[in-house]
Amino acid sequence: MASAVHTEPLHGELARIAAKVEDGQRISGEEALLLHERADLSTLGRLADGVRARLHPHGVVTYIVDRNLNPTNVCIADCGFCAFYRSPGDAEAYVLGRDEIYAKVAELEAQGGKQLLMQGGHHPRVLSEWWCELIADLRERFPSINSHALSASELDHFAQYEKRPLEHILRDLIDAGLGSVPGAGAEILVERVRKIIAPKKTPTERWLDVHRKVHEAGLRSSATMMFGHVETAAERVEHLLRLRELQDETGGFTAFAGWTCQPEGVPDEHLYPAKATPAVYLRVQALSRIVLDNILNMQASYVTQGMKVGQITLRTGCNDFGGTMLEENVVSAAGCFHLESVQTIERMIRGAGFTPRQRNSWYGICDPRHLEAGGVEAPGDRHAAATHRGAPQDLTHLAAEAMSASATRTNDNMPGESIEVRA
Amino acid sequence: MSVQASAEIQRLAERAGIADIAARVFARERLSRADGVRLYGADLHAVGALANHVRERMHGDLAYFNVNQHVNYTNICNKLCRFCAFQRLPGQEGAYVMRPEEVAAKIRACQDEPVTEVHMVAGIYPKLPYEYYLDIVRAVKAERPAIHVKAFTMIELMQIARRAKRPLAEVLPELREAGLGSCPGGGAEVFSDRVRDLGYDKKNTGDEWLATARTVHEAGLRSNCTMLHGHIETIEERIDHLDRLRLLQDETHGFQTYIPLSFHPANNEWSHLPGPSALDELREIAVGRLMLDNIDHVKAYWIMLSIPVAQLALSFGADDVDGTVVEEKIYHEAGATTPQRVQRAELVQWIRDAGRVPVERDTLYNVLWSEDATLAAVGHAAPVMA
Repeated sequence: MASAVHTEPLHGELARIAAKVEDGQRISGEEALLLHERADLSTLGRLADGVRARLHPHGVVTYIVDRNLNPTNVCIADCGFCAFYRSPGDAEAYVLGRDEIYAKVAELEAQGGKQLLMQGGHHPRVLSEWWCELIADLRERFPSINSHALSASELDHFAQYEKRPLEHILRDLIDAGLGSVPGAGAEILVERVRKIIAPKKTPTERWLDVHRKVHEAGLRSSATMMFGHVETAAERVEHLLRLRELQDETGGFTAFAGWTCQPEGVPDEHLYPAKATPAVYLRVQALSRIVLDNILNMQASYVTQGMKVGQITLRTGCNDFGGTMLEENVVSAAGCFHLESVQTIERMIRGAGFTPRQRNSWYGICDPRHLEAGGVEAPGDRHAAATHRGAPQDLTHLAAEAMSASATRTNDNMPGESIEVRA
Repeated sequence: MSVQASAEIQRLAERAGIADIAARVFARERLSRADGVRLYGADLHAVGALANHVRERMHGDLAYFNVNQHVNYTNICNKLCRFCAFQRLPGQEGAYVMRPEEVAAKIRACQDEPVTEVHMVAGIYPKLPYEYYLDIVRAVKAERPAIHVKAFTMIELMQIARRAKRPLAEVLPELREAGLGSCPGGGAEVFSDRVRDLGYDKKNTGDEWLATARTVHEAGLRSNCTMLHGHIETIEERIDHLDRLRLLQDETHGFQTYIPLSFHPANNEWSHLPGPSALDELREIAVGRLMLDNIDHVKAYWIMLSIPVAQLALSFGADDVDGTVVEEKIYHEAGATTPQRVQRAELVQWIRDAGRVPVERDTLYNVLWSEDATLAAVGHAAPVMA
C-alpha cells in the first residue's frame, strides 16, 4: 500500500535531500518545499533533531526568566488577527504610567529576571522619545534587566511618524539602553500575504531593512514567523529564505521562533481558517531548523502550543524553551494561555533528556549552576553579542566599549556553549 | 509520504546501536525480550523510524478512528488502586451508580450523532447483582440496536462471574445474548507481581488477567490489551508484560489492538511521581509496535496523550487514535486537560495534518468511511498486510 503512494523517484529525491541535511549542507528553496510537502513528520523531526544536535551537541536547553510588558495597547495598524490592540480613543485603550511599570519590573527583578520584553502598539503619539525615556529610566532603576524591546514595525512606525532616519532613532534608543530587539511583526514576509492580513503594517522589505539596520547599529535581534493562516507552503519557505539571506549578510539574528496564528476572538476571526493543528506547527518548526542553518538558536513556542509540544520540539529542532513570561497579554488576548513556572519548564526540559540552563537576551548562559561549574557567561551584554561592532560612524563609542568588553572575555567557553553565529 | 527507505533506517539503526534489531525487523523475525529492553535505551528517532516502518508495512498511510461514546456506569470501587483518581467508596461524596435507565439516557443523548460504539467500563462495586450487568447492556441495545457494546474489562468480568456464581465461560454467552460485542483492554496495568503488590494489590494478578482474556477469546469475543506505564515499573517489567501479551496472542489471536496507557499523576496516591514525558509516550508506542508483532493495531489514545502527541504517534508506530469519545471521565479526574470529546470533522482534519489518511472504522475494524476509496473499500475489513 505504501508503494502505491510513495513513487520511487520522489522517494529517491527525498532521500537525497535528507542525506544533504544530515551532511550539514544547505538546502535550496525547492528542496525545502519538497520536504515541507512530502516528507513525513517523523523524518522532518529527525532531520531537524540532527541539525540541532550538530549546533548544540552538549545537551543543554536554555530558557530565560523574563516578563512581557505592553506599555500601550493603542495601535493604528488594525491587524485583523490581533485581539490585543485598541484604537486611539477606545474605552479600553491604555498607556501605562511609570509606577505601574516599575511595580511590574520590580516583580521580575525579585525573581532574578534577566529580560523585559516590551512591545506596544503603533501609538500615534507614544513615539521614540517616550520610549527612550522609559528605557533610560528602567536602566537606571533596574540595571540587571535588559530591555528587549520594540519590534521592527514599531521602529518603522517611529521613523515614519517622526520623519527621521531610522538610524538616528536607533542611536537614541541604544544610548538610552535598548539591549536587543524582538522579532515580532514578521508574520509572513511575503507581500501577497501581508496585504491580506496586515495591510497597514511594515512591508516585507522594510521589515528586513529595519533588522539590517538594527544589526548594523550593533544590536542583536530575533526572527519570527506566524503561520497557519492564508499563506501557502511555498510562502512559508520564501519567508525562511528571506531570513536566511539577511542572516548571511549581517549575522545579527540570535534566534528564530515560529508560532501558529491564534484566530479565536480576533477582530477578523470569521475570515481566518480554524487554528492549525499541532502537527502543522511541528512540521514548520522542524523545517525552519533545517532551512535556517545560519541562525544558532531555535525557540519552542510553548505559549501557543502547550508544554507537551514544547517538550517534543526539543527533539524536533528546538534548543531553547523561550521565556518564563511572568505576564503575557497578546496571544492570551486571543484565548491562548500556557504560561508556566520555572520548575515546570525545567521538569519538561529534563524529561526530554536535556540539562536546563538560564540564559540572557543574547543567548549567553547566565545560570549560576553553569557559572559555578566554571562556565563563562558569553556573551554577557549587547556589546559582546554584537556582530557589527563599530560599523556606523556615530556609534564609535559603542564600538570602543565593545572592544574592551571582548578583550576581557576569555575564550575558554564551555564546549558547545560558546555563542558563534555561523557554525 | 515516507522518505525512510529501509537502507536509511538501517543506517539510523546502526548509529543507534540497534542494527541487529533492525535487521530482524526487516526480516519479520520476532524480537527477543533482550531486544525489547535495548529499544528503551536507543535513540528515540531510530526506534520511531523502525516502528514507523512496521506500521507502514502493515497499514500504509491509513489511520483509523471511530465515533464512540463512553459510559462509566459506576465510580464505586473496592480495589483502591493507587494510580486511580476515578474511584469512590460507597457513600463517599461524588459516588454514583447509574440505573439501567440512566445508562439508556446517556445513549439517547447521543442519538443524533453517528455513534457506532459505546465503551462501557467502571469500578468494582460488589453490591451490583449479576442481572444488573445484563440489564445495562440490554438497556443500551434497546435504546440503540445498531450500536456496538464494547464493555467490561477483565476485572469486571471476573466480578460478574463471581456474582453469577458460575464460571466466566458460562456467563459470557449470556452477556453476548444481552448484546455485548467485545471487551476493552483496560485494567491490565503492569503484570509484574512486584508492581501489583505495591500499587494495586486488591486487583487481579497478571496471570488472572491473561486467563480471563483467554476465556473471552475462546468465547469468540475480540478484546484489546493495554499497559499502564510511567509509574514505578521497570523497563524489564514492561517487556515482560508485552511478551506475555504476545504469547497469549499466539495462542488465541483475540487481541485487536494494543494501547499503551500513560500514568497521569493528579489526584491519586502516586501524585508525587512525574508521569511519562511526551517523548516517553512516543517511545512506548514505538516499542509496543515493534514487540507485538502479532497484534494488528496500536492505538494512540488521543484523550490521554493529547492531540499533538497522538498526531506524532501516527509516525512512531500507531495506526489508530481511538474516537470522538463523548464524555471521558477516568483520565480527566487524573488531571488530563484534553477536551472530553472532539468533533468528527476535527478528528479527520488532525489525522490528515499528521500526514495520514483518515479511515472511520467500527469496533471490529470494518471500514465505514474513507475519503480514499482505493485505500479503504467501504464495508470491508480493514486491510492488514503484515
